[in-house]
Amino acid sequence: MLEAYPQNRLARILLWSFAALVMAFLMLPTLVVVPLSFSASNLLEFPPHAYSLRWYENFFGSATWMAALRTSLILGTLTALIAVPFALLACISMNRLGGKTAAIIQSVLLTPSITPGILLAIGLFFVLAAQHLIGTLFGVLVGHVVLAVPVACIVLLPALARFDWNQVQAARSLGANWARAIGGIIVPQLRISLLSATLMAFLTSLDESVISIFIASGRNSTMPKLMFLSLRDQIDPTIAAISTLWTVIVVAVVLIVTLRQKS
Amino acid sequence: MTVVRDPALAADARRERRFFLSLSLPALFIVGLAAILPILWIIRQSFLTTAGEYTVGNYQKVLSSGLTWSALVTTLELSLGTLAACILLGTPLALALASVRPRVANVLMAFVMLPLWTSILVRTYGWLVLLRRDGLINAALTGSGLTAEPLPLVYNFTGTLIGMVHYMLPLFLLPVYAAMRDIDPNLIRAAASMGATLRQVIRTVILPLSAGGIFSGSIIVLIYAIGFFITPAVLGGGKVNPLSTRIERTLSTFQDWGSASVLGILLLVLMALIGVMLLAARRLVAQNTVEAPHA
Repeated sequence: MLEAYPQNRLARILLWSFAALVMAFLMLPTLVVVPLSFSASNLLEFPPHAYSLRWYENFFGSATWMAALRTSLILGTLTALIAVPFALLACISMNRLGGKTAAIIQSVLLTPSITPGILLAIGLFFVLAAQHLIGTLFGVLVGHVVLAVPVACIVLLPALARFDWNQVQAARSLGANWARAIGGIIVPQLRISLLSATLMAFLTSLDESVISIFIASGRNSTMPKLMFLSLRDQIDPTIAAISTLWTVIVVAVVLIVTLRQKS
Repeated sequence: MTVVRDPALAADARRERRFFLSLSLPALFIVGLAAILPILWIIRQSFLTTAGEYTVGNYQKVLSSGLTWSALVTTLELSLGTLAACILLGTPLALALASVRPRVANVLMAFVMLPLWTSILVRTYGWLVLLRRDGLINAALTGSGLTAEPLPLVYNFTGTLIGMVHYMLPLFLLPVYAAMRDIDPNLIRAAASMGATLRQVIRTVILPLSAGGIFSGSIIVLIYAIGFFITPAVLGGGKVNPLSTRIERTLSTFQDWGSASVLGILLLVLMALIGVMLLAARRLVAQNTVEAPHA
């Protein structure tokens, strides 16, 4: 874009040094935990004097952390399994209705993603408390699904916009019912976008912390809730080991999605 | 849409519309149940005593408390501080990224987006490690002799602000980068050929044309920042209390549902104000585009 200014070398050097600093600022906190997680010491020393896997052993040997990991994985899976079909149906509906109706539906569905998490969390806390559902898996699941639906819609809406509806009309005119048309034509053709939407919904749940902090408790505590509590109390390198594993998983999922979409 | 005159066909079209409408019902139902009902419930709860009777006492109590107003001020300071930092750090970075070939920019963008894909708790932990008294940054500062004493970088306002800027910056960057990518390079070449300096090009061509992206990015930052909870709760170390952490403390520690709800409503009012700002700005932009001659 700035190739019209080859003579302003100094300005370009300044701009790029600044950009490099900002990018370092963005990546530093994620990267710094990796060497720490392999430290042999109790202290948060950097760089570690000796290396070990004890913090990973600590994590995998802890019943509390393992229970939280299990809860988080179950919640993520259930969230994706519920949110993606709901989002797909809603996107088909918005795509076909068009105009003002679709715009209204879309703005309602996007409400959860622009509402501060803390408001959703305390509101949901009140609603669930009235039904005696605080601390249940169901309560957290509802909160996660409502956050995952807009995320899935953002992935699926543009994919549906590219879909050729004549195929569905052809199938319908040949006698296929709607379930068959959606399951036999739309789903197979959108499978890449559906996979992306599923992984994104899964990640939304996996990463969600505020609702979990308020609603989940005891046996149903999620990983982020437990991490939050231990960050407040004491910070030992076990958290660094968990953080490293967590980041590797998420980056792997994101890479799969991006590479899949490209191919 | 074509006009359907045959009544049988019209009835068919209506039936089909109803069917498509019904497909959104599951998603709308869950949003109603788990997002809209909870917000309405906060409004209801704000008018109830612990015994469940109607009262305006919660409002009197919360609005007359100095803690509430300092929480409101902290919320605004954190949000506006984050926004200012995002504009100052993000706009030049977006410009740098938009000025290289798309292939290179895509790779760099992936690195920039890395924090977006990292759990907020992992990042908060990373900042704790970096910013503590005996942390990496203080070790580097005292080790190199830049400062004699370790600086108080965390468990205070500074640490909270650093954590929040780190969270919001990629979100701000996305729309600004997209807007700058969309600028026609010929406009810059034209300006250069007519003798504009780089500074003039940035000020009169690039920045005005990316104003829309900067504006969207700013709205995103504000919407996220006003209710931000994890970062102030951990990096603030109990000393930085915006509305979000006050809500949590009022609810969890004091079990005062009514007051927590009133604080929640203050947050809703702030959100509504941002919404009004957004609409007003859109109208202003729409007016200006109508008046401007077509290029």
